[in-house]
Formats: sequence, C-alpha cells, structure tokens
Amino acid sequence: MSDLRELYQQVILDHNKNPRNFHELAHPTRTVDGYNPLCGDHYTIFVEMEGETIKDIGFTGNGCAISKASASVMSSTLKGKTTQEAHQLFDVFHKLVTGEPGSLSTAELGRLAAFSGVSEFPARVKCASLPWHTLNSAIEGDKEVVSTE
Amino acid sequence: MSAATETQAGPSSRVADSLDVDRIRRDFPILHRSVREDRKLVYLDNAATTQKPQHVIDRIVRYYTDENSNVHRGVHYLSEVATAAYENARTTVKRFIGARDEKEIVFTRGTTEGINLVAQTWGRRNVGAGDEVLITAIEHHSNIVPWQMLCDEKGAHLRVAPVNDSGEVLIDEFQKLLTSRTKLVAFGHASNALGTINPIRKMIALAHAAGAVVLVDGAQGVPHLHVDVRELDCDFYAFSSHKIYGPTGTGVLYGKEAILDAMPPWQGGGDMILSVSFEKTTYNALPYKFEAGTPNIAGVIGMASAIDYMNAIGIERIAAHEQDLLHYATKRLLELDGLRIIGTAAEKACVISFVLEGVHPHDIGTILDDQGIAIRTGHHCAQPLMMRFNVPATGRASFAMYNTRDEADALVAGLEKVIEVFR
Repeated sequence: MSDLRELYQQVILDHNKNPRNFHELAHPTRTVDGYNPLCGDHYTIFVEMEGETIKDIGFTGNGCAISKASASVMSSTLKGKTTQEAHQLFDVFHKLVTGEPGSLSTAELGRLAAFSGVSEFPARVKCASLPWHTLNSAIEGDKEVVSTE
Repeated sequence: MSAATETQAGPSSRVADSLDVDRIRRDFPILHRSVREDRKLVYLDNAATTQKPQHVIDRIVRYYTDENSNVHRGVHYLSEVATAAYENARTTVKRFIGARDEKEIVFTRGTTEGINLVAQTWGRRNVGAGDEVLITAIEHHSNIVPWQMLCDEKGAHLRVAPVNDSGEVLIDEFQKLLTSRTKLVAFGHASNALGTINPIRKMIALAHAAGAVVLVDGAQGVPHLHVDVRELDCDFYAFSSHKIYGPTGTGVLYGKEAILDAMPPWQGGGDMILSVSFEKTTYNALPYKFEAGTPNIAGVIGMASAIDYMNAIGIERIAAHEQDLLHYATKRLLELDGLRIIGTAAEKACVISFVLEGVHPHDIGTILDDQGIAIRTGHHCAQPLMMRFNVPATGRASFAMYNTRDEADALVAGLEKVIEVFR
C-alpha cells in the first residue's frame, strides 16, 4: 500500500477530480490528439503560441487518474513557458517517471514531484507521459495524432 | 442456470457441491505462488487466458523429453510416436466437440487464425460484390476485422445485429438482417467482454433458413459450456487451447467436411501437399490441406491433455461451479456503492464487466494488482461494444473452475480499497 500511496498522491487525486485547464481553447495555434490504444486513454491538447512562448494550454478527453492529473499538472506548469523551457521540463518529467536520476531536487520539481511514484509501476509510465508526448508534438508541429504504441 | 438451457450441460446445485475446488487448486502450481512480494495471487483474468494444471505441463515436458520429432515425415521410431500423439489429439478434440470425423478438425494457432482461415478461403471464394456478412455488436475484434478485410476486398457489406442494454443480441433485428444477400453469419458463443451467452442454436437455424453459412467463435464457449457441433449444426466452430487450460499458440477450427473439402487451401507449404512439381501441385486431403508447415506439435498434444483434464472433472460440474461463482460474485459486487455491471444478460458465462463511478478501470486494475488480484482492464478487444455502452473501458473479472467464493470476496474487499483511495 505504501507504493500505492506514492502513486496516488494527494496532488494526483486532486488534479484528477478537479483538472485544471480542462477545456478547449478558442484560438489554438495547434491541436493534437493523444491515444493510448492499450487502455483507451484519449486526450486532445490545445496550445496557443505567442512566438516561442506557450501562451495558453487546454485539454479535453478522458483516461485514468494518472494521465488526467498529468495533463492537468502539465498544463498549469507550462503555461507562460518558452518552448525551450518546455523541452527541458519534458526531459525532467520523463526521467522522473522512468526512474532515471534527474538533476532537479524535489523542491525544484514542484508539483511535478507528485509523479515520482509512477516509476515503481512500469505499466503506468505511458499513462503519465501520454499528455507530455502529445504536447511535445503540438509545439513541434510535426504530428496531428500521437500514440503510445 | 443459463448454461444448462443452451447446452444441456445440466448443472444443478447438487452437482456443484461435488466439485472439489481445493483438490483442483492443488493441480495448478501457479495458484500457489505469491505476487507483488507477499500477496496471495487471486487470478480473475481467465477470459484472457487460463492457468495450466501440472498434468498439462508434465505432458508437454514428456513430449519434449521423450517423444520430440516431426510429424507425418519420418519412418523412424520417434516420428511415429510423435505422429501418433498428434493424431490422437485430433481424436480427443473430435470427441470433445462432437464432430463426425477427424477430417473436420483443423489445428490452428488459435481462434483468431481459425476465423482468418475461413475469411481468406471460404470467404474469398464465396463472398462477392454486394453480398453481406452478418455479425453482432458484441464481437471480439478477431470476429470483426477479418470480415471487414474480406468485405473491403470484395466490395461486400458488413452488417451488425444490435444488442439491448443488457448486452443480449436482439434476435428479431438479427433475423431482419438476414437476407438472400447474407453469405456468412459469424458470432461468438459467449462474449469475452460481457459474458453474454448467445442463443446460438436458434441463431444458427435462422441463418441456415436464410441460406447463409455460420461460423461460431467459440473462444469463450468451450471453457464454460458443453459443445456438440453436430447438434448445434454450425458450419464452423473455432476455439483456442489456452482458454481451456492448455498451452498458448494452439487452437482448433472445426468445419463440416463437405464445406472444408470444397474450400481452397490457405497457406502453402509442406504437409498440405500430395505432390509438387513446378508445373502443378496436388493438395493433400483434409485436414492436412489446411495445416501447412510443421505444426505446434507440443501445443496440440498439450491441448489434448487439457481436454482430458476437463473431461475427468466434467464440463457439467465446471459449469455449475462457475454459475454459482457468477451469482455469488454479482450479488457481492452490487453491494458496492457506485459499481455498475456492464452486461446483465439472463444467460451469462462467469465474466463480470464493471465500472466504478469516478474511478477509471486502469486505476482499479493497478490498485487491485497491488493486493495480488489480477483482473483485466481496458476495452477487451471490443471497442465497438464499449461505444455501445458509452464507457471508454471496463474492469473485468472472469472466473474459472479453480476460483472460489473467497476470491470473489477478496475482489470486493480490493474494490473497497479502491473506493477508499479515491474517496
């Protein structure tokens, strides 16, 4: 149960129940769909860019608590960040959920630290990273659909 | 007692009492291992695959230890032993499903391959532009996609008989969809996602009355129901070894001899030929015409030993025990606040699909797994069905002969923890 509590931390349960930025954007620069065909998770991520800065992010769709909380935390973390900062945070997040040693302390990770328990559950890494991969495609502008498989 | 009416399995509570579950559990070594460090395994994913008794494991070991050789090839001793064991397995299967002749038993990799074989041989020869193939709304992807591929290739149309809110095929609608254009009708004996047992005898008779050929996807039928293909009068019946306590990678396609005989071969290769020259090849007789290449010999022999094991216990006893578990587990699960069962057909195999308000099935699966309880979560290879019931996914607990009421209680206790985490 202790690992489970690590996985389902309060921040994750809260963002799952009350997801932030859980809506479409009126004027998105990019819209990308992300799928996990294995479990049926499906999100659409909307990004409004202003030059190199992410001005606004919204998302819709449904999936498990881990994926929904991940999309929610990601959207509030990246709003106002530059694409370069977003790439760095994506890298940090990826290392966090796959259990690779990262360079940031828990304090520096902020809300992202809530996902530290995911690395103990290999089957759930894709849930946590699906929104990030989808957003990455949105700011790269190279794909309209992202799949975990 | 759904199984009884459809199949004359005849379960009764008296018979159920006679199933010695403790003894059966001792036959399955994996049931005694712990998972997640120290959790007792509660295996409720039997519709995905069943565990294997020591009897089957030993048979496969004995084959590789003492008998391994290629079949139908050599004049040497081991080849004779292997061939005899392989062909005896065909007789075991023939008796198990009540086929008329060994020629009607084609060994495959599994149910999926059996369905694809029929689509690619009988289907390509007999289904043309404007023709129709009829399936139902509760099919597994493996009984949808091969027909879609065939229809796309031939300019034929795939029709789908709808189901009611309980997950039962609407027989009137099914009947209305049968027309002179319907060349083939394919449906599951029982649904892997909902557990619904279809009234297949009636559906087969209706399809035949319309002049169509019928394939039954028996993957979820043979584990739970007595099957007699002659009594059912189906033209094809496909099933998998690994869902009846046998090894993976092996299955059976039953077909009526006259129909199989008229079908072109599928894969070309060794064993399916009588003679080959660069000008002309003569194909082998049934069933070898459909068994190109070295088959899964150990798998087939293992499957036959699994059938022997089931026969020794008796499908009636197995069915009665599973029906008891179905009713008990259903009653217990419905005690949980916010739990809804998807698939409430009057006739069900021991498969319970459910959703829990406010909790995604994937999260349910992880929290149950942490307690050693294995269930399936997701769309169960039946995405159109999930759409029909307007759920992205479900949790699914599926039971087998070795499961107990205590394990159903463990599932309920596990779900109480899920609710606690998400409260």
